[in-house]
Amino acid sequence: MTPGNIAGMAAVKELDVIALTDHNTCKNCPPFLKQANDFGILAIPGMELCTREEVHVLCLFEELEAAMEFDKYVYSHLFKVKNKAEIFGEQLLVNEEDEVYGEEEYLLLNAADIGFDEVYDLVKGYNGIMIPAHIDKSANSLIANLGFIPPDSRFTCVEVKEEGRTKELKEKHPYLNQCRIIYDSDAHYLEHINEPVHFLQAAERNRREVLKALITP
Amino acid sequence: MTVRELLEKNIFKLVNEGENTGREISVPYCCDLLSIAMGKAPSGAAWVTVMANINTLAVAALTEVACIILAEGVLPDEQTVNKAKEQGITLLAAEEPVFETSLQVYNLLNA
Repeated sequence: MTPGNIAGMAAVKELDVIALTDHNTCKNCPPFLKQANDFGILAIPGMELCTREEVHVLCLFEELEAAMEFDKYVYSHLFKVKNKAEIFGEQLLVNEEDEVYGEEEYLLLNAADIGFDEVYDLVKGYNGIMIPAHIDKSANSLIANLGFIPPDSRFTCVEVKEEGRTKELKEKHPYLNQCRIIYDSDAHYLEHINEPVHFLQAAERNRREVLKALITP
Repeated sequence: MTVRELLEKNIFKLVNEGENTGREISVPYCCDLLSIAMGKAPSGAAWVTVMANINTLAVAALTEVACIILAEGVLPDEQTVNKAKEQGITLLAAEEPVFETSLQVYNLLNA
């Protein structure tokens, strides 16, 4: 997967909005936004943050510059373990021409030394929103790792992997009744990018309105 | 005690027999957060965890533990079992909690 072929695939599938949420990095967001723009697709810069508790949280930003500042913050809080590409895969960095110019040396799969409780304010400080990721998964999810949704939580959008589990999740965790539940392809491979099967109503086709729609239950 | 000798005791359920069963087990090691295990799991350890995730296997390969023992009756999904086969990592499962599972390994090592 490269920013270019993700944007290209999104164009083929006629998607309106796409977000790039690499694990603990936004470093491929600049070429991603450029490539998507060339295809006439609205792209949102983001990250799938892995917290200290190994809870995955999607962080989406209105502006690329703020996303890159957030990236710096996360990078400085990453537990620095060198990547071994033969075990964890390559972590390539790509330029706006879709050419590889480097490789991230530290393992991005690892956690960052940022507590789940800190994420809401932290991301908001960069004009972004947080979305606890795949909360129904048995690993790396808010519910699996913390056991419950902290009662003082403030997020208003969560991602669920299996649509059929939403009712059961809402019954067990009433907090979710005040959240927008989103479903997406969570594509790790090009062929996993969905057809346009999930819809979101936003006031306008821009990042601000899409983010606003996401956090409005 | 080698991994093979542990298997022969037949106290844990065998999920996958790895390639290096001749390896000496150094110590039982307990940790469920992969980011901590990644930096701290001793080489040759029998790693006892409830984290039955594909990344558990990756961390085991990185830290060169001797085997993984899943505690609390946790069983891995197919993807994780396949990864264990592919990487030749010995994967066991126990019904007991993490402490009791580790204690069994500890007692065998110190018998």
